[in-house]
Amino acid sequence: MHELALMQSVLQTVEMDAAQRHINRISKVKLVIGQLTMALPDSLVFAFEALKPGTIFAEANLVIEERQALCQCQSCQQEYKLDDFFQFICPTCGSSDIQVQGGKELYIDYYEGESL
Amino acid sequence: MRISLETRLLGANELIAHNNRTTFSNQGILVINLMSSPGSGKTTILEKTISRLADQIRMAVVEGDLYTDQDAQRIEQQGVKVVQINTEGTCHLDAGMVSHACQQLLTQKPELLFIENVGNLVCPAEFDLGEDLRAVVISVPEGNDKITKYPLVFQRAEVVLVNKIDLLPFTDFDVDKVKRDIGLINPKAKIFLVSARNGDGLDEWISWLLEQIEVKKGTNLNLE
Repeated sequence: MHELALMQSVLQTVEMDAAQRHINRISKVKLVIGQLTMALPDSLVFAFEALKPGTIFAEANLVIEERQALCQCQSCQQEYKLDDFFQFICPTCGSSDIQVQGGKELYIDYYEGESL
Repeated sequence: MRISLETRLLGANELIAHNNRTTFSNQGILVINLMSSPGSGKTTILEKTISRLADQIRMAVVEGDLYTDQDAQRIEQQGVKVVQINTEGTCHLDAGMVSHACQQLLTQKPELLFIENVGNLVCPAEFDLGEDLRAVVISVPEGNDKITKYPLVFQRAEVVLVNKIDLLPFTDFDVDKVKRDIGLINPKAKIFLVSARNGDGLDEWISWLLEQIEVKKGTNLNLE
């Protein structure tokens, strides 16, 4: 989708927070990305590598935790993971009353850095 | 030193979308976010819908497009208030753009507001605009693999319009497969088979829209 724009906003957010804490070198940024967001981890890494030279992120690593989409059937309470082909029908009872409980995450979990 | 942030990347958009939704609801406006790939007929569907509803319902349109105002001109000819948003290369509308565009539109007191998103099946799915209903258009010449290829936009849609059904005899487009695929991803989605060009199937779509407008007005009255 728009991984470069997303990554710019990640770097901006971290940079603003770091400035307040007088942190001027970042060593690690950790993101949590849900399967349903369609943000591609490879493209995010590419954008990170392209944007980081000459910034406080120059020596930083990007770590991405991918979260699978979890569904719960509201009729029989069965939980299941969505596979590559998304099906919103309960595999146990066939109900279509499905609640998606995970997979929509798109956030910066934490960053690590130091003041030099 | 580890700093925990838990900052949502689309958090700013979600906040504005929430404000948009409150504004629309307070005024009892039904808002529909119309999405599809380029060329599947969003604007033609809008033109035909507007011409059929013009004497019953006050409507307004937000037109999203990369650079041009061609679509807005087409809608304006239908005698409806329209605001063009040029995203200048951005592949989707966001809630902030819609909020800005609506400042001019809401003075017209519309009952129904259409937001025609930028032609794209990927990015618009991510951005809540504050709409009530998401309508996705797929058209017969695109082929019937779009649902499995772009599941997110279909999973979050309340309505799917299959457009250009007048071309069915000339293609191997399989309507039953499309219905099955939508059924697996989003069993609650309402499906309309239409041809905006010759008007087939539009009656059902129009009656459904009128029902939704009444429902929205009713909800608003209940809130008061």
